[in-house]
Amino acid sequence: MSAPMFDVAVVGGGVMGATTALMLARGGLRTVILDRGPLCREASGVNAGTLTLHMTRASLIPYAVRGHELWLSADQWLGRGVAAVSTEGLSLAFTPAEEEMLHARAAARREYGAPIEIVPASRARAVEPGLSDQVRLAAYCPIDGFASSYLTGRAYREALVEAGAVVREGAAVIGVDSGDGGFSLRIAGAEPVRARRLVLAGGVWLEEMLGWLGLRIPVKCLINQLVVTERLRPVMRTVLSVANGLLSLKQFANGTVLIGGGWQGIGDPKRGGVQTIPENLIGNTRLARWVIPALAETRVARIWLGLEAETADAMPMIGAVPGVPDAFVIGSVHSGYTSGPYMGRLLADLILGREPERPLFDPSRLLEPQAAPALT
Amino acid sequence: MSGAYDLIVLGAGPAGVGAAVTARSHGLSVLVVDENETTGGQVYRATPQAFATRADAPANPDKKEGAGQRQSLLASGAAVAFRHSVWQVSPGYRVDAVGQGGPVHWSAPAVIAATGTTERVVPFPGWTLPGVIGLAAATILLKSQQMLPGRRPVIAGCGPLLAAVAVAVLDGGGKPAAVLDLSGPGDWLAALPALASRPDLALRGLGWVVRLKAAGVPVHFRTGIAAVRETADGLAVTPCRVDADRRPLPDGAGQDIETDCVAVGHGLTPGTEITRLLRARHRFDAALGGWVAEHDADFRTSLPGLYVAGDGAGISGAAAAHLQGQLAGLAVARDLGRLGADAHETAAAPVRKRLAAAQRFGRAMARLMALRPAHAASVAPDTVVCRCEDVTRGEIDEAVAAGARDVNQLKAWTRCGMGPCQGRMCGETAASLVAEAVGSRGAAGLWTGRAPLRPVPMDLLTGDFTYADIPLPKAAPL
Repeated sequence: MSAPMFDVAVVGGGVMGATTALMLARGGLRTVILDRGPLCREASGVNAGTLTLHMTRASLIPYAVRGHELWLSADQWLGRGVAAVSTEGLSLAFTPAEEEMLHARAAARREYGAPIEIVPASRARAVEPGLSDQVRLAAYCPIDGFASSYLTGRAYREALVEAGAVVREGAAVIGVDSGDGGFSLRIAGAEPVRARRLVLAGGVWLEEMLGWLGLRIPVKCLINQLVVTERLRPVMRTVLSVANGLLSLKQFANGTVLIGGGWQGIGDPKRGGVQTIPENLIGNTRLARWVIPALAETRVARIWLGLEAETADAMPMIGAVPGVPDAFVIGSVHSGYTSGPYMGRLLADLILGREPERPLFDPSRLLEPQAAPALT
Repeated sequence: MSGAYDLIVLGAGPAGVGAAVTARSHGLSVLVVDENETTGGQVYRATPQAFATRADAPANPDKKEGAGQRQSLLASGAAVAFRHSVWQVSPGYRVDAVGQGGPVHWSAPAVIAATGTTERVVPFPGWTLPGVIGLAAATILLKSQQMLPGRRPVIAGCGPLLAAVAVAVLDGGGKPAAVLDLSGPGDWLAALPALASRPDLALRGLGWVVRLKAAGVPVHFRTGIAAVRETADGLAVTPCRVDADRRPLPDGAGQDIETDCVAVGHGLTPGTEITRLLRARHRFDAALGGWVAEHDADFRTSLPGLYVAGDGAGISGAAAAHLQGQLAGLAVARDLGRLGADAHETAAAPVRKRLAAAQRFGRAMARLMALRPAHAASVAPDTVVCRCEDVTRGEIDEAVAAGARDVNQLKAWTRCGMGPCQGRMCGETAASLVAEAVGSRGAAGLWTGRAPLRPVPMDLLTGDFTYADIPLPKAAPL
């Protein structure tokens, strides 16, 4: 007896895959989503939850603005929110060189529609009274915010089940075969899953997944360090970053402060995030304390590492897999948590035969020339 | 302060001291790190130096053993870093800590984690009230601070600490209002053969029981706490009879007991923070206190250069811990090439023999203290399980029903275990509840190990610095 044929199988249960699956299920497709672990427990559940335009790649700003809106209204379209908060954002300069960087980066982002203005330190401190008196200049953006990313998995799981999608957590796909007018997904320790269409949404594991289809697209893996403090009195109200982008700082309603910014730890796609590099942990926390001196009052409660995927040109790959009909890929979006729900919608629109609202990001530009022949 | 050693021992309780002194005796350079002022861990915790000791203070065998161990470590020539909190151990190995002077780090090819244990409390209504403390906390007050936890405390839970605390309260001039023991006389009888392996300790225990009886302290077996509530002048404890699985009996509630303090402990959980952080292999064994790092007979973990010893390797008591430390110290000496195979065998054989006896006693006590799933399952829906984040039993059940299949998923969905205690207080109860739904503690998993090993103060971690001291990475892409 052969297994049922799904209309679409989504491999990878992060925000990109889960949104795509959700929209496809709501669009009437018989959908299965598979993840080797629980939903949204890798990058999508451990990232800093920053919904900022200051750090998003300039050309992705229009996507991030839409993503920001979607997160803030998640309780409406997703069913359960992720404690998203809208606030203002400041990016700071502490040296003359950083002032120049701030001007250049703000200008580039303004070109793509981010309402960022350069303001003097006095204005920055009026916006954020807890700021260090060492600030020389700031970039101000009225659109910023943050979410609690660890809530993402629960929200998506309930929405997917509600939409009738089959959620297969703890199902590790180890390969894909073609045939019978579709794909057959090999699952570790379980029966294969068959589907007419395939969406690969495996984050830093996309390189390996594309390899199943005979394609070679290198995906770099960043090991981003995150630090959360114990609760402390309100010491800040905005989202803070620095000119070179190496800090994100926000205080949640419960009083904890999350320190991120992409300082690197030790790890890889195979082992996950393995270890903090002590110098980077101390550097990251020093920078945070430099920006908000009151952080000296609290204690670091937990440090973890999140894996972020990056393509050769640091731009996303979202669209049809070149040379493999009915296969799609989504991932490697810089600041991907912010724009993730929007990116997933765009791909779902493409698969459902609707015109996506904005251009996708053709993966074929990233193909290595020596690529093996595609799956037939 | 920084430097390289042959061996770094984390924890200066009986296991750590045993390990350090043994390794030193084979010529290894050794550093011992501990959060406390001096050696002793919990069982041999020293009285603060500023305290005067009464001349008529009763003789205490723990005190004598603790002083002897303290002396042996000082005489061994091991370097010590007391009042240092280790926040990370990196492979290879590098140990990062903070002291009063700021961040420090040391390195060594071998690390022995001798990190002891955390007391477990299975929640009941009122367990977070002021005046409700752990049995272990009561022993710290009594032993180290020479303070009574209360003048008429209720002492509740399971294991040998019950009688030890009750007698120490009597010695200090108080009188326990009651001792509530989850075990029955039959459970204690079952432990008797193992107790015979340490007649000294068994006699001491018997002496405690006689003392309590002579003093007229009511001891209730197969009895737990249904609830604690505040009264005008203290606390009222509602006791409850339990069955052999420690499940409260439907009509088991007894008369309220008026008290000024509740000291309660439901056993001990091995401290596996370091081995989890480094991703050594672990296994679950309720009789050993829960999850423990897998180790061989010489206390090597699954990771080269990483060793465990003492209660952190599985609850077996202070005497066994000291001997386990010695074996781990010998293994390090051998693995670093300072001790040949034959010499190692000659040195280890008598220690192993003594350990077998000590361990038999300690493990019998550990079995008395092991968490019974029915006990955890008895927590009421509106009782807070995670006191850092105010997560109730009901919220945990709801998350499990909605699809949370392991403890880390539960943590993300409910914040259970995300607070400053880093899951130490709620972890066992929460995991037991998840295990009920997914079939086993193995399937429910264990908290992913994370740095910092203890919450680390930002001011000490960052130290004194200027902007130029921050090694800013290159800018993120535009």
